[in-house]
Amino acid sequence: MPLRIVNVKVNGVDQAFMAKPDTTLLLALREQLGLMGAKRGCAQGACGSCTVLLDGAPVVSCLVPAATIDGAAVATVEGLADGQELNDVQQAFVDGFATQCGFCTPGMIMSAEALLARNPDPTADEVNEAISGNVCRCTGYAPIVSAILEAARRRRDRAGTAEQEATR
Amino acid sequence: MTLLYGRGYASVNYPTGMNLGGDPSQALIHATTMGGFVISLSSVDLGQGLKTVVAQCAAETLGMPMEQIIVDTADTDTGPHCMGTFASRGTHRVGNAVIMAAREAREVMLQVAADELEVDAGDLETDGSGYVRLKGSPAKQIHISDIALAAHFKQGKSISGRGMFLKERSYPVPETGEMDPDSCQAHACTVADVEVDDETGVVTVLRLHNTYEIGRALNPAMATQQVEGGAWMGVSHAIFESTEPYYPASRAHGPVDFSEYLMPGSGEIPEQTSVILERPASNGPFGAKGIGEMTANAPIPAIANAIFDACGVRLTTMPFTPESVLRGLDALRDGEPVA
Repeated sequence: MPLRIVNVKVNGVDQAFMAKPDTTLLLALREQLGLMGAKRGCAQGACGSCTVLLDGAPVVSCLVPAATIDGAAVATVEGLADGQELNDVQQAFVDGFATQCGFCTPGMIMSAEALLARNPDPTADEVNEAISGNVCRCTGYAPIVSAILEAARRRRDRAGTAEQEATR
Repeated sequence: MTLLYGRGYASVNYPTGMNLGGDPSQALIHATTMGGFVISLSSVDLGQGLKTVVAQCAAETLGMPMEQIIVDTADTDTGPHCMGTFASRGTHRVGNAVIMAAREAREVMLQVAADELEVDAGDLETDGSGYVRLKGSPAKQIHISDIALAAHFKQGKSISGRGMFLKERSYPVPETGEMDPDSCQAHACTVADVEVDDETGVVTVLRLHNTYEIGRALNPAMATQQVEGGAWMGVSHAIFESTEPYYPASRAHGPVDFSEYLMPGSGEIPEQTSVILERPASNGPFGAKGIGEMTANAPIPAIANAIFDACGVRLTTMPFTPESVLRGLDALRDGEPVA
């Protein structure tokens, strides 16, 4: 199988790159598009540190052949902040000190984004399930779960306020 | 099926540093032309936060804000010597070396400032925001960026300092065995609450209560996280991790790589409460002791004791698997003495 040109929308921007048959989405993001947020931990889909959103769904990008996603939309941790302003999940991770070495953090945040997009009011158990594919070896997980619950609360509060303003 | 509840306690005291051929770490610090202070180290920050803590030590000693400190741990071939990140020694050894280096650099900084302000260096103080000022007359002040420029371009000085911390090797007194192998010892106690299912043998750790006496907690948030993250590793050692679950009977069923190596995930964590007690150590950097490895230690015997409290089974080999719990329960039913 020859090299293929892959067209994807990454964080809202059209991108194109050359992919060999064994080029993973993770490799393309890091080495061809220069997006170093997604981390290469185990490279076999077990640790979740490479988690990104593919058409809105969380995937371990180390197991996604880049050549198979032509036309897809990819979201990475780099696309979350608005300039210097962190988004809700990122800010809740900072405020709750939900990180130590930081290697798992981008993957955790993207798994959390996927959860909150489909479930704005998750329980702690649902958060645990959502990040069950993400390994953390520093924090003992509790601050991460708390941060995601806090981010969900802030996002709901903001949505509630916006709704009130709209109906006023 | 019955869920049996038990509580266990365990305490640990843990040495800071080691006693092989002496235990040194060195640090160099110098100011850039912009007034930032670069700390050169060979010590490794592998995520535990050493860079943050030594930057705090340097900022406090120099009287400069944290933002002025740059920590460079780039290269063990070319950097000042450090024995490494192990033996819970990083904060203590490297922190002491950095404080020593920062003191020397501070003296030069104050002398350069004194020459610029035409005052005596002994009359100067730092305000913590980047200025050196005259005591009692704060309007007479100079910013570190101007001090650094003056040092480099007018006075021909290097605002720099050397830190050499050495814990010398201690030999035991033959007659008494007395020796001083470590610099200080941190202490901790963990209380574990567990639930044991007497049908399946599954042990669930419900809660861990941790109390740590670690000298001065230089960064309380990171210290607490080390306690709780380390306790998580203790839980993992206690009831999950094994490369050879059926050793020595069979080696055929163990994990072949880390993706099959059993460790607890986010759904299997106990609730934790943690308290840090501060009793500063006289030889620690601002009183700090080491708090690295000990955090995984106390939870393990606490969980073993809690299992014993819950069901009478005394387990002495990790991990405390369902199989070992059930074999212990069978032995109790058969009237065998508790090991």
